Amino acid sequence: MLNTLLTYLSYPFVRYALIVGVLIALCSSLLGVTLVLKRFSFIGDGLSHVAFGAMAIAAVLNMTNRMLIVLPITVVCAVLLLRTGQNSKIKGDAAIAMISVGALAFGYLLMSMFSTSANLSGDVCGALFGSTSILTLTKTEVWLCLILSAAVLLLFTLFYHRIFDVTFDENFSRAAGTHVEAANLMIAVITAVIIVLAMNLVGSLLISALIIFPALSAMRIFRSFLSVTLCAAVVSVTCAFLGIIISILAGTPVGSTVVAVDVAAFALCALIGDMRYKI
Amino acid sequence: MPQIICENASLGYEGRPIVKDLNFTVNAGDYLCILGENGSGKSTLMKTILNLTPPLAGSIRMEGLKPTEIGYLPQQTQVQRDFPASVQEIVRSGFQGRCGLRPFYTREEKALADRNLERIGMEGFAKRSYRELSGGQQQRVLLARALCATQKCLLLDEPVSGLDPKATAQMYEIISGLHREGITVIMISHDLSAALDDATHVLHIGERIFFGTREEYLHSGVGFQPRKED
Ligand SMILES: Nc1ncnc2c1ncn2[C@@H]1O[C@H](COP(=O)(O)OP(=O)(O)OP(=O)(O)O)[C@@H](O)[C@H]1O
Ligand SMILES: [Mg+2]
Repeated sequence: MLNTLLTYLSYPFVRYALIVGVLIALCSSLLGVTLVLKRFSFIGDGLSHVAFGAMAIAAVLNMTNRMLIVLPITVVCAVLLLRTGQNSKIKGDAAIAMISVGALAFGYLLMSMFSTSANLSGDVCGALFGSTSILTLTKTEVWLCLILSAAVLLLFTLFYHRIFDVTFDENFSRAAGTHVEAANLMIAVITAVIIVLAMNLVGSLLISALIIFPALSAMRIFRSFLSVTLCAAVVSVTCAFLGIIISILAGTPVGSTVVAVDVAAFALCALIGDMRYKI
Repeated sequence: MPQIICENASLGYEGRPIVKDLNFTVNAGDYLCILGENGSGKSTLMKTILNLTPPLAGSIRMEGLKPTEIGYLPQQTQVQRDFPASVQEIVRSGFQGRCGLRPFYTREEKALADRNLERIGMEGFAKRSYRELSGGQQQRVLLARALCATQKCLLLDEPVSGLDPKATAQMYEIISGLHREGITVIMISHDLSAALDDATHVLHIGERIFFGTREEYLHSGVGFQPRKED
Protein backbone atom coordinates (compact mmCIF):
# COMPACT_ATOMS: atom_id res chain seq x y z
CA MET A 1 0.00 0.00 0.00
CA LEU A 2 2.78 2.39 0.92
CA ASN A 3 4.48 1.49 -2.34
CA THR A 4 1.39 2.22 -4.38
CA LEU A 5 1.13 5.53 -2.56
CA LEU A 6 4.73 6.42 -3.34
CA THR A 7 4.24 5.50 -6.97
CA TYR A 8 1.22 7.73 -7.13
CA LEU A 9 3.07 10.56 -5.42
CA SER A 10 5.73 10.44 -8.12
CA TYR A 11 3.11 11.60 -10.62
CA PRO A 12 2.97 15.39 -10.85
CA PHE A 13 -0.84 15.42 -11.18
CA VAL A 14 -1.21 13.73 -7.80
CA ARG A 15 1.14 16.23 -6.21
CA TYR A 16 -0.75 19.10 -7.80
CA ALA A 17 -4.02 17.72 -6.50
CA LEU A 18 -2.62 17.45 -2.99
CA ILE A 19 -1.19 20.98 -3.02
CA VAL A 20 -4.36 22.53 -4.38
CA GLY A 21 -6.64 20.47 -2.14
CA VAL A 22 -4.73 21.35 1.02
CA LEU A 23 -4.64 25.06 0.13
CA ILE A 24 -8.35 25.18 -0.58
CA ALA A 25 -9.11 23.35 2.65
CA LEU A 26 -6.94 25.79 4.57
CA CYS A 27 -8.58 28.91 3.13
CA SER A 28 -12.13 27.64 3.46
CA SER A 29 -11.67 26.61 7.07
CA LEU A 30 -10.21 29.99 8.08
CA LEU A 31 -13.17 31.87 6.66
CA GLY A 32 -15.54 29.14 7.80
CA VAL A 33 -15.28 30.13 11.46
CA THR A 34 -16.42 33.66 10.68
CA LEU A 35 -19.12 32.57 8.27
CA VAL A 36 -20.62 30.15 10.77
CA LEU A 37 -20.54 32.67 13.62
CA LYS A 38 -21.90 35.54 11.55
CA ARG A 39 -24.69 33.27 10.34
CA PHE A 40 -23.36 33.86 6.85
CA SER A 41 -23.23 30.18 5.92
CA PHE A 42 -26.24 30.80 3.69
CA ILE A 43 -24.10 33.07 1.51
CA GLY A 44 -21.67 30.22 0.98
CA ASP A 45 -24.50 27.94 0.01
CA GLY A 46 -26.12 30.43 -2.37
CA LEU A 47 -22.81 31.29 -3.97
CA SER A 48 -21.94 27.71 -4.70
CA HIS A 49 -25.08 27.41 -6.81
CA VAL A 50 -24.25 30.65 -8.58
CA ALA A 51 -20.80 29.28 -9.30
CA PHE A 52 -22.45 26.23 -10.86
CA GLY A 53 -24.54 28.45 -13.13
CA ALA A 54 -21.45 30.41 -14.11
CA MET A 55 -19.64 27.18 -14.81
CA ALA A 56 -22.42 26.16 -17.16
CA ILE A 57 -22.09 29.43 -19.07
CA ALA A 58 -18.35 28.90 -19.34
CA ALA A 59 -18.89 25.36 -20.58
CA VAL A 60 -21.35 26.48 -23.22
CA LEU A 61 -19.01 29.23 -24.40
CA ASN A 62 -16.32 26.57 -24.59
CA MET A 63 -13.88 28.73 -22.68
CA THR A 64 -10.49 27.21 -22.11
CA ASN A 65 -9.97 29.00 -18.82
CA ARG A 66 -13.32 28.80 -17.07
CA MET A 67 -12.09 30.69 -14.01
CA LEU A 68 -12.07 33.88 -16.04
CA ILE A 69 -15.83 33.93 -16.19
CA VAL A 70 -16.77 31.98 -13.06
CA LEU A 71 -14.75 34.15 -10.69
CA PRO A 72 -16.16 37.57 -11.66
CA ILE A 73 -19.78 36.34 -11.76
CA THR A 74 -19.49 34.73 -8.35
CA VAL A 75 -17.83 37.79 -6.80
CA VAL A 76 -20.55 40.08 -8.15
CA CYS A 77 -23.23 37.78 -6.79
CA ALA A 78 -21.48 37.67 -3.42
CA VAL A 79 -21.83 41.43 -3.18
CA LEU A 80 -25.47 41.28 -4.27
CA LEU A 81 -26.33 38.51 -1.83
CA LEU A 82 -24.71 40.41 1.02
CA ARG A 83 -26.77 43.48 0.18
CA THR A 84 -30.07 41.64 0.09
CA GLY A 85 -29.16 39.58 3.13
CA GLN A 86 -28.59 42.73 5.19
CA ASN A 87 -31.55 44.65 3.91
CA SER A 88 -34.18 43.77 6.44
CA LYS A 89 -36.98 45.18 4.29
CA ILE A 90 -36.64 42.50 1.67
CA LYS A 91 -36.93 38.97 2.90
CA GLY A 92 -33.24 38.15 2.74
CA ASP A 93 -33.38 34.39 2.85
CA ALA A 94 -36.08 34.21 0.21
CA ALA A 95 -34.02 36.34 -2.18
CA ILE A 96 -31.04 34.09 -1.64
CA ALA A 97 -33.05 30.95 -2.18
CA MET A 98 -34.37 32.46 -5.40
CA ILE A 99 -30.94 33.35 -6.73
CA SER A 100 -29.36 30.05 -5.81
CA VAL A 101 -32.07 27.75 -7.07
CA GLY A 102 -32.51 29.92 -10.15
CA ALA A 103 -28.82 29.68 -10.93
CA LEU A 104 -28.93 25.92 -10.52
CA ALA A 105 -31.87 25.47 -12.89
CA PHE A 106 -30.54 27.98 -15.38
CA GLY A 107 -27.15 26.29 -15.37
CA TYR A 108 -28.55 22.85 -16.05
CA LEU A 109 -30.85 24.23 -18.75
CA LEU A 110 -27.95 25.91 -20.52
CA MET A 111 -25.84 22.80 -20.36
CA SER A 112 -28.54 20.50 -21.68
CA MET A 113 -29.47 22.87 -24.52
CA PHE A 114 -26.09 23.89 -25.82
CA SER A 115 -23.59 21.40 -24.53
CA THR A 116 -21.56 19.73 -27.25
CA SER A 117 -20.28 17.14 -24.85
CA ALA A 118 -21.38 13.55 -25.34
CA ASN A 119 -21.48 12.92 -21.62
CA LEU A 120 -23.89 15.55 -20.32
CA SER A 121 -24.98 13.90 -17.10
CA GLY A 122 -21.35 13.15 -16.33
CA ASP A 123 -20.48 16.84 -16.75
CA VAL A 124 -23.35 17.98 -14.56
CA CYS A 125 -22.60 15.42 -11.93
CA GLY A 126 -18.96 16.50 -11.98
CA ALA A 127 -19.83 20.15 -11.49
CA LEU A 128 -22.22 19.35 -8.66
CA PHE A 129 -20.27 16.74 -6.75
CA GLY A 130 -16.71 17.45 -7.80
CA SER A 131 -15.19 15.80 -10.76
CA THR A 132 -11.89 14.16 -11.35
CA SER A 133 -10.82 17.57 -12.60
CA ILE A 134 -8.73 17.98 -9.48
CA LEU A 135 -6.58 15.20 -10.91
CA THR A 136 -6.28 16.87 -14.29
CA LEU A 137 -5.18 20.30 -13.17
CA THR A 138 -2.90 22.18 -15.51
CA LYS A 139 0.12 24.08 -14.28
CA THR A 140 -1.67 27.40 -14.88
CA GLU A 141 -4.58 26.34 -12.71
CA VAL A 142 -2.23 25.28 -9.95
CA TRP A 143 -0.50 28.66 -10.10
CA LEU A 144 -3.77 30.54 -10.11
CA CYS A 145 -4.85 28.60 -7.07
CA LEU A 146 -1.53 29.26 -5.33
CA ILE A 147 -1.78 32.99 -5.94
CA LEU A 148 -5.40 33.27 -4.89
CA SER A 149 -4.84 31.25 -1.71
CA ALA A 150 -1.79 33.34 -0.86
CA ALA A 151 -3.93 36.46 -1.25
CA VAL A 152 -6.65 35.00 0.96
CA LEU A 153 -4.14 33.99 3.63
CA LEU A 154 -2.48 37.40 3.56
CA LEU A 155 -5.76 39.29 3.85
CA PHE A 156 -6.91 37.02 6.63
CA THR A 157 -3.75 37.57 8.71
CA LEU A 158 -3.69 41.31 8.13
CA PHE A 159 -7.34 41.74 9.03
CA TYR A 160 -7.57 38.98 11.61
CA HIS A 161 -8.46 41.32 14.48
CA ARG A 162 -10.91 43.28 12.36
CA ILE A 163 -12.62 40.07 11.32
CA PHE A 164 -12.89 39.05 14.96
CA ASP A 165 -14.29 42.45 15.91
CA VAL A 166 -17.03 42.60 13.31
CA THR A 167 -17.88 38.97 13.93
CA PHE A 168 -18.19 39.43 17.67
CA ASP A 169 -20.03 42.75 17.90
CA GLU A 170 -20.89 44.80 14.83
CA ASN A 171 -22.45 47.64 16.81
CA PHE A 172 -19.40 48.22 18.92
CA SER A 173 -17.16 48.09 15.85
CA ARG A 174 -19.30 50.67 14.12
CA ALA A 175 -19.17 52.94 17.18
CA ALA A 176 -15.40 52.54 17.27
CA GLY A 177 -15.18 53.80 13.70
CA THR A 178 -14.58 50.52 11.91
CA HIS A 179 -16.03 50.34 8.42
CA VAL A 180 -18.24 47.36 9.10
CA GLU A 181 -19.73 47.37 5.61
CA ALA A 182 -16.26 47.29 4.05
CA ALA A 183 -15.28 44.41 6.30
CA ASN A 184 -18.42 42.45 5.44
CA LEU A 185 -17.80 43.12 1.77
CA MET A 186 -14.28 41.80 2.08
CA ILE A 187 -15.53 38.67 3.81
CA ALA A 188 -18.11 38.09 1.06
CA VAL A 189 -15.58 38.58 -1.74
CA ILE A 190 -13.05 36.25 -0.13
CA THR A 191 -15.82 33.70 0.31
CA ALA A 192 -16.61 33.94 -3.39
CA VAL A 193 -12.97 33.38 -4.31
CA ILE A 194 -12.75 30.36 -2.03
CA ILE A 195 -15.93 28.88 -3.42
CA VAL A 196 -14.71 29.17 -6.97
CA LEU A 197 -11.46 27.50 -5.97
CA ALA A 198 -13.26 24.80 -4.04
CA MET A 199 -15.49 23.90 -6.99
CA ASN A 200 -12.51 22.07 -8.44
CA LEU A 201 -12.08 20.02 -5.33
CA VAL A 202 -15.51 19.05 -4.09
CA GLY A 203 -18.03 20.44 -6.56
CA SER A 204 -20.66 23.02 -5.84
CA LEU A 205 -23.09 21.01 -3.74
CA LEU A 206 -20.45 19.94 -1.27
CA ILE A 207 -18.61 23.25 -0.79
CA SER A 208 -20.66 24.24 2.23
CA ALA A 209 -19.43 21.12 3.96
CA LEU A 210 -15.84 22.17 3.44
CA ILE A 211 -16.58 25.58 4.93
CA ILE A 212 -18.79 24.56 7.82
CA PHE A 213 -17.54 21.22 9.15
CA PRO A 214 -14.01 22.20 10.25
CA ALA A 215 -15.35 25.28 12.08
CA LEU A 216 -18.05 23.27 13.85
CA SER A 217 -15.56 20.56 14.75
CA ALA A 218 -13.16 23.08 16.27
CA MET A 219 -15.94 24.81 18.19
CA ARG A 220 -16.76 21.55 19.93
CA ILE A 221 -13.32 21.44 21.52
CA PHE A 222 -12.01 24.98 21.90
CA ARG A 223 -13.37 28.10 23.54
CA SER A 224 -11.36 31.03 22.16
CA PHE A 225 -11.51 32.50 18.68
CA LEU A 226 -7.81 32.04 17.96
CA SER A 227 -7.70 28.41 19.06
CA VAL A 228 -10.90 27.64 17.15
CA THR A 229 -9.47 29.21 13.99
CA LEU A 230 -6.18 27.33 14.28
CA CYS A 231 -7.87 24.05 15.10
CA ALA A 232 -10.28 24.41 12.19
CA ALA A 233 -7.33 24.97 9.86
CA VAL A 234 -5.50 21.88 11.14
CA VAL A 235 -8.61 19.69 11.00
CA SER A 236 -9.50 20.86 7.52
CA VAL A 237 -6.00 20.42 6.07
CA THR A 238 -5.65 16.96 7.61
CA CYS A 239 -9.05 15.87 6.32
CA ALA A 240 -8.36 17.14 2.81
CA PHE A 241 -5.00 15.39 2.72
CA LEU A 242 -6.37 12.10 4.02
CA GLY A 243 -9.44 12.36 1.82
CA ILE A 244 -7.45 12.83 -1.37
CA ILE A 245 -5.05 10.01 -0.52
CA ILE A 246 -7.90 7.63 0.35
CA SER A 247 -9.77 8.51 -2.82
CA ILE A 248 -6.72 7.81 -4.94
CA LEU A 249 -6.00 4.50 -3.24
CA ALA A 250 -9.61 3.35 -3.11
CA GLY A 251 -10.71 4.88 -6.37
CA THR A 252 -13.59 6.81 -4.76
CA PRO A 253 -14.76 10.28 -5.89
CA VAL A 254 -12.44 12.91 -4.43
CA GLY A 255 -15.02 15.42 -3.23
CA SER A 256 -17.31 13.11 -1.36
CA THR A 257 -14.38 11.27 0.20
CA VAL A 258 -12.96 14.52 1.57
CA VAL A 259 -16.35 15.51 2.94
CA ALA A 260 -16.85 12.05 4.46
CA VAL A 261 -13.52 12.39 6.28
CA ASP A 262 -14.66 15.85 7.48
CA VAL A 263 -17.84 14.34 8.87
CA ALA A 264 -15.84 11.64 10.65
CA ALA A 265 -13.57 14.33 12.09
CA PHE A 266 -16.61 16.21 13.36
CA ALA A 267 -17.88 13.11 15.14
CA LEU A 268 -14.46 12.61 16.70
CA CYS A 269 -14.25 16.25 17.83
CA ALA A 270 -17.75 16.13 19.29
CA LEU A 271 -16.70 13.08 21.28
CA ILE A 272 -13.49 14.73 22.51
CA GLY A 273 -15.42 17.88 23.39
CA ASP A 274 -17.98 15.93 25.41
CA MET A 275 -15.33 14.04 27.31
CA ARG A 276 -13.31 17.18 27.98
CA TYR A 277 -16.21 18.97 29.62
CA LYS A 278 -17.37 15.99 31.60
CA ILE A 279 -14.07 15.52 33.36
CA MET B 1 -14.07 72.44 29.44
CA PRO B 2 -16.98 71.31 27.24
CA GLN B 3 -16.49 67.90 25.63
CA ILE B 4 -19.88 67.19 24.05
CA ILE B 5 -22.20 70.01 22.99
CA CYS B 6 -25.74 69.36 21.84
CA GLU B 7 -27.57 72.28 20.25
CA ASN B 8 -31.25 72.23 19.27
CA ALA B 9 -30.91 68.63 18.21
CA SER B 10 -33.89 66.61 17.03
CA LEU B 11 -33.38 62.87 17.17
CA GLY B 12 -35.24 60.14 15.41
CA TYR B 13 -35.28 57.72 12.54
CA GLU B 14 -36.18 58.29 8.89
CA GLY B 15 -37.43 61.82 9.38
CA ARG B 16 -39.73 60.95 12.30
CA PRO B 17 -38.54 62.82 15.39
CA ILE B 18 -38.61 61.15 18.80
CA VAL B 19 -36.91 63.90 20.79
CA LYS B 20 -37.05 67.57 19.79
CA ASP B 21 -35.01 70.63 20.73
CA LEU B 22 -32.45 68.96 22.89
CA ASN B 23 -29.81 71.22 24.45
CA PHE B 24 -27.12 70.16 26.85
CA THR B 25 -23.39 70.32 27.41
CA VAL B 26 -21.13 67.72 28.95
CA ASN B 27 -17.90 68.97 30.45
CA ALA B 28 -14.80 66.90 30.90
CA GLY B 29 -15.05 65.01 34.16
CA ASP B 30 -18.86 65.19 34.42
CA TYR B 31 -21.04 62.22 35.34
CA LEU B 32 -24.26 62.61 33.40
CA CYS B 33 -27.18 60.34 34.09
CA ILE B 34 -29.79 60.07 31.33
CA LEU B 35 -33.28 59.19 32.53
CA GLY B 36 -36.55 58.59 30.73
CA GLU B 37 -39.22 56.00 30.09
CA ASN B 38 -38.90 53.05 27.74
CA GLY B 39 -38.92 54.27 24.17
CA SER B 40 -38.28 57.91 25.09
CA GLY B 41 -35.16 57.96 22.94
CA LYS B 42 -32.28 57.48 25.36
CA SER B 43 -30.47 54.88 23.29
CA THR B 44 -31.18 56.92 20.20
CA LEU B 45 -29.44 59.89 21.83
CA MET B 46 -26.41 57.75 22.55
CA LYS B 47 -26.30 56.44 19.01
CA THR B 48 -26.51 59.99 17.72
CA ILE B 49 -23.61 61.07 19.93
CA LEU B 50 -21.65 58.13 18.49
CA ASN B 51 -22.56 59.09 14.93
CA LEU B 52 -24.37 55.81 14.35
CA THR B 53 -27.55 57.69 13.42
CA PRO B 54 -27.52 61.29 12.17
CA PRO B 55 -29.51 63.99 14.02
CA LEU B 56 -32.63 65.12 12.13
CA ALA B 57 -31.87 68.74 12.94
CA GLY B 58 -29.43 70.71 15.04
CA SER B 59 -26.06 69.33 15.96
CA ILE B 60 -24.15 67.27 18.46
CA ARG B 61 -20.46 67.99 18.34
CA MET B 62 -17.41 67.03 20.29
CA GLU B 63 -14.50 69.19 21.36
CA GLY B 64 -11.09 67.74 22.07
CA LEU B 65 -12.59 64.29 21.72
CA LYS B 66 -12.32 62.13 18.64
CA PRO B 67 -15.15 59.70 17.88
CA THR B 68 -12.65 56.87 18.26
CA GLU B 69 -11.82 58.06 21.78
CA ILE B 70 -15.19 57.15 23.25
CA GLY B 71 -15.76 53.90 25.08
CA TYR B 72 -19.23 52.47 24.39
CA LEU B 73 -21.16 49.86 26.29
CA PRO B 74 -24.21 48.99 24.15
CA GLN B 75 -27.61 48.26 25.72
CA GLN B 76 -27.77 44.83 24.20
CA THR B 77 -24.85 42.94 22.89
CA GLN B 78 -26.31 40.18 20.81
CA VAL B 79 -23.55 37.69 21.18
CA GLN B 80 -24.52 34.24 20.11
CA ARG B 81 -24.48 31.78 22.94
CA ASP B 82 -21.99 29.56 21.16
CA PHE B 83 -19.47 32.26 20.26
CA PRO B 84 -15.97 31.06 21.08
CA ALA B 85 -14.03 34.02 22.48
CA SER B 86 -11.79 34.45 25.49
CA VAL B 87 -12.16 37.41 27.84
CA GLN B 88 -8.76 38.65 26.71
CA GLU B 89 -9.70 38.65 23.03
CA ILE B 90 -12.83 40.66 23.74
CA VAL B 91 -11.17 43.22 25.98
CA ARG B 92 -8.39 43.80 23.47
CA SER B 93 -10.89 44.34 20.69
CA GLY B 94 -11.64 47.67 22.40
CA PHE B 95 -8.47 48.99 20.76
CA GLN B 96 -9.74 48.48 17.23
CA GLY B 97 -10.77 52.12 16.78
CA ARG B 98 -7.28 53.43 17.28
CA CYS B 99 -5.53 50.64 15.37
CA GLY B 100 -6.31 52.08 11.97
CA LEU B 101 -4.68 49.79 9.45
CA ARG B 102 -2.16 48.35 11.88
CA PRO B 103 -2.90 44.61 11.91
CA PHE B 104 -1.72 43.71 15.42
CA TYR B 105 -1.98 45.08 18.95
CA THR B 106 1.14 46.61 20.49
CA ARG B 107 2.73 45.42 23.71
CA GLU B 108 1.53 48.59 25.49
CA GLU B 109 -2.02 47.92 24.38
CA LYS B 110 -1.89 44.36 25.65
CA ALA B 111 -0.57 45.55 29.01
CA LEU B 112 -3.28 48.22 29.18
CA ALA B 113 -5.94 45.60 28.44
CA ASP B 114 -4.68 43.55 31.39
CA ARG B 115 -4.71 46.66 33.60
CA ASN B 116 -8.29 47.42 32.60
CA LEU B 117 -9.30 43.92 33.64
CA GLU B 118 -7.78 44.65 37.03
CA ARG B 119 -9.62 47.96 37.28
CA ILE B 120 -12.95 46.18 37.05
CA GLY B 121 -11.88 43.36 39.33
CA MET B 122 -11.68 40.63 36.71
CA GLU B 123 -7.97 39.86 36.79
CA GLY B 124 -7.42 36.15 36.51
CA PHE B 125 -10.29 35.81 34.05
CA ALA B 126 -8.23 36.72 30.95
CA LYS B 127 -8.10 33.20 29.54
CA ARG B 128 -11.64 32.26 30.51
CA SER B 129 -14.32 31.71 27.94
CA TYR B 130 -16.70 34.67 27.69
CA ARG B 131 -19.81 32.61 27.23
CA GLU B 132 -19.17 30.65 30.40
CA LEU B 133 -19.26 33.78 32.57
CA SER B 134 -22.29 35.01 34.48
CA GLY B 135 -24.29 37.95 33.12
CA GLY B 136 -22.70 40.35 35.59
CA GLN B 137 -19.20 39.17 34.76
CA GLN B 138 -19.93 39.49 31.04
CA GLN B 139 -21.14 43.04 31.57
CA ARG B 140 -17.91 43.86 33.39
CA VAL B 141 -15.83 42.41 30.58
CA LEU B 142 -17.67 44.66 28.12
CA LEU B 143 -16.97 47.61 30.42
CA ALA B 144 -13.26 46.71 30.31
CA ARG B 145 -13.50 46.67 26.52
CA ALA B 146 -15.07 50.12 26.58
CA LEU B 147 -12.23 51.26 28.84
CA CYS B 148 -9.68 50.07 26.28
CA ALA B 149 -11.33 52.31 23.72
CA THR B 150 -10.98 55.42 25.85
CA GLN B 151 -9.08 57.31 28.49
CA LYS B 152 -11.54 60.17 28.41
CA CYS B 153 -15.19 59.40 27.98
CA LEU B 154 -17.50 56.42 28.61
CA LEU B 155 -20.99 56.02 27.15
CA LEU B 156 -22.90 53.36 29.07
CA ASP B 157 -26.33 52.25 27.93
CA GLU B 158 -28.05 50.61 30.90
CA PRO B 159 -24.92 48.95 32.27
CA VAL B 160 -26.80 47.25 35.10
CA SER B 161 -29.73 45.76 33.21
CA GLY B 162 -30.12 42.15 34.19
CA LEU B 163 -27.79 42.32 37.17
CA ASP B 164 -28.78 41.33 40.70
CA PRO B 165 -28.72 43.99 43.47
CA LYS B 166 -25.25 43.02 44.63
CA ALA B 167 -23.75 43.02 41.13
CA THR B 168 -25.59 46.29 40.42
CA ALA B 169 -24.04 47.94 43.46
CA GLN B 170 -20.62 46.66 42.43
CA MET B 171 -21.10 47.97 38.91
CA TYR B 172 -22.04 51.45 40.17
CA GLU B 173 -19.07 51.35 42.50
CA ILE B 174 -16.74 50.53 39.59
CA ILE B 175 -18.25 53.27 37.44
CA SER B 176 -17.99 55.95 40.07
CA GLY B 177 -14.42 54.83 40.72
CA LEU B 178 -13.65 55.43 37.04
CA HIS B 179 -15.36 58.82 37.29
CA ARG B 180 -13.15 59.73 40.25
CA GLU B 181 -10.14 58.82 38.09
CA GLY B 182 -11.22 61.68 35.82
CA ILE B 183 -13.17 59.91 33.07
CA THR B 184 -16.32 61.59 31.77
CA VAL B 185 -19.26 59.23 32.25
CA ILE B 186 -22.58 59.37 30.41
CA MET B 187 -24.89 56.67 31.63
CA ILE B 188 -28.45 55.65 30.85
CA SER B 189 -30.26 54.17 33.79
CA HIS B 190 -33.71 53.39 35.12
CA ASP B 191 -32.43 52.90 38.60
CA LEU B 192 -33.04 56.41 39.81
CA SER B 193 -31.92 56.54 43.42
CA ALA B 194 -28.75 54.53 42.97
CA ALA B 195 -27.73 56.42 39.86
CA LEU B 196 -28.41 59.78 41.47
CA ASP B 197 -26.09 59.01 44.36
CA ASP B 198 -23.14 59.32 42.03
CA ALA B 199 -24.18 61.52 39.09
CA THR B 200 -23.25 65.18 38.87
CA HIS B 201 -25.76 66.03 36.12
CA VAL B 202 -29.11 64.71 34.97
CA LEU B 203 -30.75 64.72 31.56
CA HIS B 204 -34.37 63.63 31.61
CA ILE B 205 -35.98 63.09 28.23
CA GLY B 206 -39.64 62.46 27.50
CA GLU B 207 -42.71 64.71 27.56
CA ARG B 208 -40.72 67.29 29.47
CA ILE B 209 -37.03 67.65 28.87
CA PHE B 210 -34.86 68.54 31.79
CA PHE B 211 -31.16 69.18 31.92
CA GLY B 212 -29.27 70.41 34.96
CA THR B 213 -27.21 69.40 37.91
CA ARG B 214 -28.29 66.68 40.27
CA GLU B 215 -29.42 69.18 42.90
CA GLU B 216 -31.51 71.12 40.41
CA TYR B 217 -33.13 67.89 39.29
CA LEU B 218 -34.05 66.83 42.78
CA HIS B 219 -35.92 70.11 43.31
CA SER B 220 -37.48 70.35 39.87
CA GLY B 221 -40.17 67.73 40.22
CA VAL B 222 -39.58 66.31 36.75
CA GLY B 223 -40.23 62.66 36.28
CA PHE B 224 -40.64 60.19 39.09
CA GLN B 225 -39.36 61.48 42.39
CA PRO B 226 -36.71 59.50 44.18
CA ARG B 227 -36.77 59.09 47.92
CA LYS B 228 -36.88 62.62 49.38
CA GLU B 229 -33.66 63.86 50.84
CA ASP B 230 -34.27 66.30 53.66
N1 LIG C 1 -33.52 51.53 14.19
C1 LIG C 1 -34.72 52.14 14.44
N2 LIG C 1 -35.52 52.52 13.41
C2 LIG C 1 -36.70 53.15 13.66
N3 LIG C 1 -37.19 53.42 14.89
C3 LIG C 1 -36.44 53.05 15.95
C4 LIG C 1 -35.17 52.40 15.78
N4 LIG C 1 -34.65 52.15 17.01
C5 LIG C 1 -35.55 52.61 17.90
N5 LIG C 1 -36.62 53.16 17.28
C6 LIG C 1 -37.78 53.80 17.94
O1 LIG C 1 -37.32 54.97 18.59
C7 LIG C 1 -37.93 55.10 19.86
C8 LIG C 1 -36.87 55.32 20.92
O2 LIG C 1 -36.06 54.16 21.01
P1 LIG C 1 -34.83 54.06 22.01
O3 LIG C 1 -34.17 52.75 21.79
O4 LIG C 1 -33.99 55.27 21.86
O5 LIG C 1 -35.56 54.08 23.43
P2 LIG C 1 -34.93 54.02 24.88
O6 LIG C 1 -35.22 55.32 25.54
O7 LIG C 1 -33.51 53.62 24.82
O8 LIG C 1 -35.80 52.90 25.55
P3 LIG C 1 -35.37 51.73 26.59
O9 LIG C 1 -35.52 52.31 27.96
O10 LIG C 1 -36.39 50.67 26.36
O11 LIG C 1 -34.01 51.30 26.27
C9 LIG C 1 -38.79 53.87 20.07
O12 LIG C 1 -40.13 54.26 19.89
C10 LIG C 1 -38.36 52.91 19.01
O13 LIG C 1 -39.49 52.21 18.52
MG1 LIG D 1 -32.40 51.98 25.35
